[in-house]
Amino acid sequence: MGHAYTPGLKVTDKILITKNRILPLKGEVIVKKGDRLKPDDVVARTHLPGTVEPINVANILGLPPEDIEEAILKKQGERVKEGEVFARSKSFFGLFKSECKSKINGTVESISRVTGQVLLRGEPIPVEVKAYVTGEVVDIFEKEGVGISTWCSFIQGIFGIGGECHGEVKIVVPDPTAILTDKEIGPECKGKVIVGGSMVTADAIKKAAKMEAAGIVTGGFDDKDLRDFLGYDLGVAITGSEEIGITLIVTEGFGQINMAQKTFDLLKAKEGKLACINGATQIRAGVIRPEVIIPFDGDIHAKQELSDFREHGIEIGSPVRVIRHPHFGKLGTVTELPAPLMELESGSHARVLEVEFTDGTRAIVPRANVEMLES
Amino acid sequence: MAKMNPEDIKVILATDCGSTTTKAILIEYRDGEYRLIVRGEAPTTVEAPFEDVTKGVLNAVGEVEELAGRKLLDESGKIISPAKGNEGTDIYISTSSAGGGLQMMVAGVVRSMTAESAERAALGAGAIVMDVIASNDKRLPHQQIERIRHLRPDMILLSGGIDGGTTTHVVEIAELISAADPKPRLGSGYQLPVIYAGNKDATEAVKETLAKKVDLKTVPNIRPVLERENLGPAREEIHELFMEHVMAQAPGYRKLMSWTDAPIMPTPGAVGLIIKTIADIEGIEAVGVDIGGATTDVFSVFRPGGAEGVFNRTVSANLGMSYSISNVFAESTLPMVMRWVPFHMDERDLRNRVKNKMIRPTTIPQSMEELIFEQAIAKEALRLAFIQHKSFATVLKGVQQQRTIADAFEQTASGATLVNMMTLDLLVGSGGVLSHAPRRQQSALMLIDAFLPEGITRLAVDSIFMMPQLGVLSTVHKQAATEVFNKDCLIHLGTCVAPSGEIKKPGPVMNYKITLPDGKLESGTLEYGKMKLIKLGVGEKGLPLKAKAELEPHRGLDLGRGKGAKVEMELSGGVVGIILDGRGRPFILPEDDHIRVEKLKEWMIELDIYPPQALNR
Repeated sequence: MGHAYTPGLKVTDKILITKNRILPLKGEVIVKKGDRLKPDDVVARTHLPGTVEPINVANILGLPPEDIEEAILKKQGERVKEGEVFARSKSFFGLFKSECKSKINGTVESISRVTGQVLLRGEPIPVEVKAYVTGEVVDIFEKEGVGISTWCSFIQGIFGIGGECHGEVKIVVPDPTAILTDKEIGPECKGKVIVGGSMVTADAIKKAAKMEAAGIVTGGFDDKDLRDFLGYDLGVAITGSEEIGITLIVTEGFGQINMAQKTFDLLKAKEGKLACINGATQIRAGVIRPEVIIPFDGDIHAKQELSDFREHGIEIGSPVRVIRHPHFGKLGTVTELPAPLMELESGSHARVLEVEFTDGTRAIVPRANVEMLES
Repeated sequence: MAKMNPEDIKVILATDCGSTTTKAILIEYRDGEYRLIVRGEAPTTVEAPFEDVTKGVLNAVGEVEELAGRKLLDESGKIISPAKGNEGTDIYISTSSAGGGLQMMVAGVVRSMTAESAERAALGAGAIVMDVIASNDKRLPHQQIERIRHLRPDMILLSGGIDGGTTTHVVEIAELISAADPKPRLGSGYQLPVIYAGNKDATEAVKETLAKKVDLKTVPNIRPVLERENLGPAREEIHELFMEHVMAQAPGYRKLMSWTDAPIMPTPGAVGLIIKTIADIEGIEAVGVDIGGATTDVFSVFRPGGAEGVFNRTVSANLGMSYSISNVFAESTLPMVMRWVPFHMDERDLRNRVKNKMIRPTTIPQSMEELIFEQAIAKEALRLAFIQHKSFATVLKGVQQQRTIADAFEQTASGATLVNMMTLDLLVGSGGVLSHAPRRQQSALMLIDAFLPEGITRLAVDSIFMMPQLGVLSTVHKQAATEVFNKDCLIHLGTCVAPSGEIKKPGPVMNYKITLPDGKLESGTLEYGKMKLIKLGVGEKGLPLKAKAELEPHRGLDLGRGKGAKVEMELSGGVVGIILDGRGRPFILPEDDHIRVEKLKEWMIELDIYPPQALNR
């Protein structure tokens, strides 16, 4: 059996990471190994095939499909310009002639004698991939992209919306219990990654977007505000492609929940530094969590001592956070790990643990309802 | 492994490689019957760092070995076969939904006709249908091309036109696919498989259009004439390609395929198969539902006019209890969920709780309040999934109906649903919220409230979700599959008796006389709006006890034999018993909040759903 607990989210002041930046299909890599990059530097580019415009020439010209080839003025593979006539029916003494004009610039992709349909392919669409983080190119994947490494402070969020962006860290609340409202947001927030406390209001997000802030990192967020802000109820947690003008990262969960002190302290220590953030979240197999990356200089070839607390499993003394009611959001340490299944108030039988909260009280909680924190 | 005669098969090992867990079961022939011996599980190992599905299989089999005390793996980690004494297994079989299962796109000419037939074939084969492209799906051709290009399915099923009909439209769809030049989801070293199952006269033109760009296979038309579907050949080809292409691309599957004695089936395809097999053997109508974290599958076998069973499967992609819980809430709406909860809860808090379950999907309800709320959401997820199923499981659309004067009073429209809750014999639930409910009564009430069975319907849940393994087993050993299904897989809950018909005023709805196996007589009158539980358990071998019943619905109400007609029959018991449901069909909850809460509490106390103190908040 797998471990019956949820590994917590990563929050660390120093880690070496490598970000792979890959094109959606093969193209050209335009940087080389060892290059030092900034977030907006382009690392690879390609062209997606243009959009296809199907035109039923047989219908337009009033011809049987098998006869359309005689009316086509451009061969398969030839270029056409917008407004150019590419098919014309033979006229009766020069009268009543019909024409087909191209609506796009592109090429003739195919001509069908069965359906009478001509497919025109538009111009290729350029696609670029940027570095996203400050760092050094360590891997080149031929025709596909690169790997960029950097030392950084790294914070994983639980949920986010909006895509990749970057800006300086700006703390606008006094402590992790404070609510971030629109009053804390002004023109000085432009281009910044704003850090709030236990919650951010919908008005604050709207104002931050208006002030062109890059993003917001907050402990909690109300689902009702999320719906008001997005304009729809989010059904499944697959996000990142919202075009909302700002990226939002929630570190703890929905509702008003204090940002973990460690997370807040780390962000505070990095105030004024560049943060690269991404709200993309995918909670399915192959989970993707939103992230805050604060890069700093360091030898990326130095060996990293990694001790992943998640490998050891849960033990007596492990710091945990409860992630479901009735103790949702509370922090504590494990004081007992009884082996047999125990009956919960709900009547279910589950493996449980005893946790002592920071206020000294104790509770029995299903192991599935806690996540491990780094000590 | 060598093929064996079914009668020589005494030991069976079966696995199901799910997206997170690989489950193994061991079945043995003991004392004249096939029974489940043990079950083991281990995390699935398709993704990094393992990237070899067989590791998870061996771990799960290792657990079975340990629990059963039977050596199944040799020193080199291979499955020992055939069985000798306390070693090895006679056959090994498997299903798989790891790596995202089988993802398909289907296309047809008319959305409600050939495209729907293609969708039925793909769903029946166990696929997730990513999109249905049709000439009349209201999208412009360039939008359809963009969609096809964007999807990256495992394969495409293309149909369209009846044999001898017009060829233009189906070739047009082929041209769109050709223009999109779609790429397969897994691996870039092979061409995307496309199955053509349309008008045979268009085969050459479709080949000309597509053969160079995709791996084109041709099978007989899925809809040779308007009045008939021919889904078999397309389904078989889907399974073939699933093995050849999709499975072969997933890490470790080539090895796994070489171990199994029957082709690996997609998990939902195997579940559908066992439900169809059971329905056919017993000659009954059955509905099965599997409610997972992300999706809900509904399977049904109905026999319109007593004819051969018609099988249907639907997947409600975004109705589930964890990943998709928020979507259930969004689609169903808060008042619809809260109508099942016998106390008040704050809306803002509830919304946040639902979202927190979505982002932390592995958590479980600890408090009674959370359990009641989660089961209320489950009722809505099941209800919505069943609505989708009803609208899909229909008689063929677009068929001109010949009517006689005798039909004048009973007109069935083209495309009418096959689902008939009155004739339904068996309703089987599976998935965490149903299989692991702390009390079996809760599972029974969730099934009744969500599906609203009419007349007399047996209820059951799948104890440990072994329907997939039994589905694939039914292809090699029907007897073993059905014996284990009835005795070990199903937990028989009991029977729901629900008179159907409009009830205008309070009063009696049914008189009942039920003679229990010990001779005790339970008799009385069921009043409108009441529920009653009569205990009738399960016998020694896991099979339900039976009781003789005389049921007499009141005038205007029906138990399946006509309005007011008396029914005399044997009723099956189960771990819950016989549930008499006098709430009427159609079922309407009282609008007044106070009365609604009082009624919910009354039913929950009568059926012993939750402890009474949990309801008095």
